[in-house]
Amino acid sequence: MADTAAPANGFALAETIDRFRRSSEFVVIPVLALIASGLLFSIFLLLVGKSPVEFFSLVWRGGFGTAFSWQNTLVRASPLILTALCVAIPARLGMTVIGGEGALVLGGFAAAAIAIPMTSWASPFVVMPVMFLAAAIAGAFWIGAVGWLRHYRGINETISSLLLFYIAVSILNFFVEGALRDPSDPNKPSTAPIGAENMIGPIPGTSVHWGLAAGIVACILVWILMNRTTFGFAARVTGGNVRAAQGQGLPVGRLVVISCALAGACAGLAGYFEVAAIHGKANASLIAGYGFTGILVSFLARHNPLAIVPVAILLGGIAASGGLVQRRMDLPDATVLVLQGLMFVVLLVSETMYGRLAIFKPKGA
Amino acid sequence: MDDAGLSTVLFAMIAGAIRVSTPFLFVSLGECLTEKSGRINLGLEGTLVFGAMSAYAISYETGSPWLGVLVAGFAGMMFGALHGYICKLPKVNDIAIGIALMLFGTGLAFFFGKAYIQPAAPRLPSIPLGWWSDNPQIRQVMDVNPLFLVGAVLAVAMWWAFKNTRLGLVVRTTGDSAPAALALGVNVNLVRFLATAAGGFLAGVGGSFLSLFYPGSWTEGLSSGQGLMAVALVIFSRWNPLACFGAALLFGAAGALGPALQSIGISRGYHFFNAAPYLMTLAIMILSISPKRSLKGAPGELSITK
Repeated sequence: MADTAAPANGFALAETIDRFRRSSEFVVIPVLALIASGLLFSIFLLLVGKSPVEFFSLVWRGGFGTAFSWQNTLVRASPLILTALCVAIPARLGMTVIGGEGALVLGGFAAAAIAIPMTSWASPFVVMPVMFLAAAIAGAFWIGAVGWLRHYRGINETISSLLLFYIAVSILNFFVEGALRDPSDPNKPSTAPIGAENMIGPIPGTSVHWGLAAGIVACILVWILMNRTTFGFAARVTGGNVRAAQGQGLPVGRLVVISCALAGACAGLAGYFEVAAIHGKANASLIAGYGFTGILVSFLARHNPLAIVPVAILLGGIAASGGLVQRRMDLPDATVLVLQGLMFVVLLVSETMYGRLAIFKPKGA
Repeated sequence: MDDAGLSTVLFAMIAGAIRVSTPFLFVSLGECLTEKSGRINLGLEGTLVFGAMSAYAISYETGSPWLGVLVAGFAGMMFGALHGYICKLPKVNDIAIGIALMLFGTGLAFFFGKAYIQPAAPRLPSIPLGWWSDNPQIRQVMDVNPLFLVGAVLAVAMWWAFKNTRLGLVVRTTGDSAPAALALGVNVNLVRFLATAAGGFLAGVGGSFLSLFYPGSWTEGLSSGQGLMAVALVIFSRWNPLACFGAALLFGAAGALGPALQSIGISRGYHFFNAAPYLMTLAIMILSISPKRSLKGAPGELSITK
């Protein structure tokens, strides 16, 4: 008995190590890519005559150093989580949708536009869910259209979603500077406020609004949908090979449109929380670039919904420290954009390392 | 709208077609060359913005706008070369790299361009081709930038070269079938690398036009998706440089619609007219692409149409 048990245990151990080797590849390579982009960015800072040590310590202080900076980070992370889902869900079907910013803008606008006529007579218990739904539906419609155009008209989703972003911005500007402009606000063209009673408060004990919780719940739900349901399985088959999926009789068109609509609903909700928790009205402040940073978040997380949360917090922290870096080091606010762009490029280059490094290869037992 | 108003709008649109079209023309010719070799570069938006910034900065620092154009071209070439080099690596997605370089290029342009938002740099001169007319409107329309003429000549030259030269054949073969090109002894990666770098050069020059001629100053909102619309424009023109020229004129006219209407006092719906180029791009793509058949003239190796 003892003779056979020992090799069996050894076999199980080897198998565990092998499984660990394979899965660690998806963590180690992105982390190495992040470190490499940090080093490259340090060289960039040295070239423009700034201290990388000072930069990264300011990022730490501004993003993660104190309870206050953590809350600032989390406030910025919550729209990033939702817009990253807007990239991650279509990515499972092999699509690269980059117009999440458009769905965010339109979702925020729809929420404000539907709330304003209701504020005078409806109770917040009616207004708040209506706003929530309006934002989700507007976003779902916007990105759902991208999916529809992709499947039924053969139009590249990357280009169409970006064009729709510019169109969404025009729609926002058209109403905010025209029919829905609040004449009592002299500073910035905005809609009328949605009213303090219709705003979402912070999570008790913090200054972080409920959008963060909603984002985390959405990530878990999307993970379950994609990994534990037949819908998710069909979606992944479609992403692997469209022809094979069609051959199996999967409703590819419906899968594409529904996934894109879900993705758009997430980004639309990001817009809802920006309006209902932060701005209190719709204006050009909605166009803050969360949709574009969300693309980077999703790629860094390898389109895994559960990995999106920590990555969004990391990038939210970098964004949150932007103001401090700007003031202390006299660097332009675009510094964060340069770092993000560099991270994105290095990360994509690191894709070429998958399957090449011997340390991640199963040794076999 | 009376006759005078109508003719004002018409003139403004023709003038706009000539003025606004130049960046579209350069970016789409660059993209056309890159795509003909079988690769897509979505990062030209970032290249365009960086080109605009560097041209403005150089023109301001040296006083020579033409040096600015040249530097913008070389900066664009660097971005193109970077894109070309990265895409050569196995398992790298050229569409994703394009998005990343778009964000990186815009970020770098904003970073270095912060100092140049206020000062006024010397701008490119224009050639008054309207000397034969007494009508001031026609004279204004015919005040053409030399870059527009260069672009027009380049479009014809590229169209001719694709058809009639050995180089054109090499690029087309690489784009249509990498194995066939390989069998001919062509270094596929090298051709694509050079085509992407050259495409980046043209996009950089297109960017310099934005900051040095029209609108003629450097701001962070200078390019709003022109680099990406150019990609759609290449598909619409079926990868034909001559058609790119026509399409660029059409896009220029659409882009000039909003300001033209505003100039005669129609400001209602201004933002919708500003959305005209995007709506038109989308409409054109819907009308001209069908999932049922492959596009005529599409390079066979292109990931976006495969």
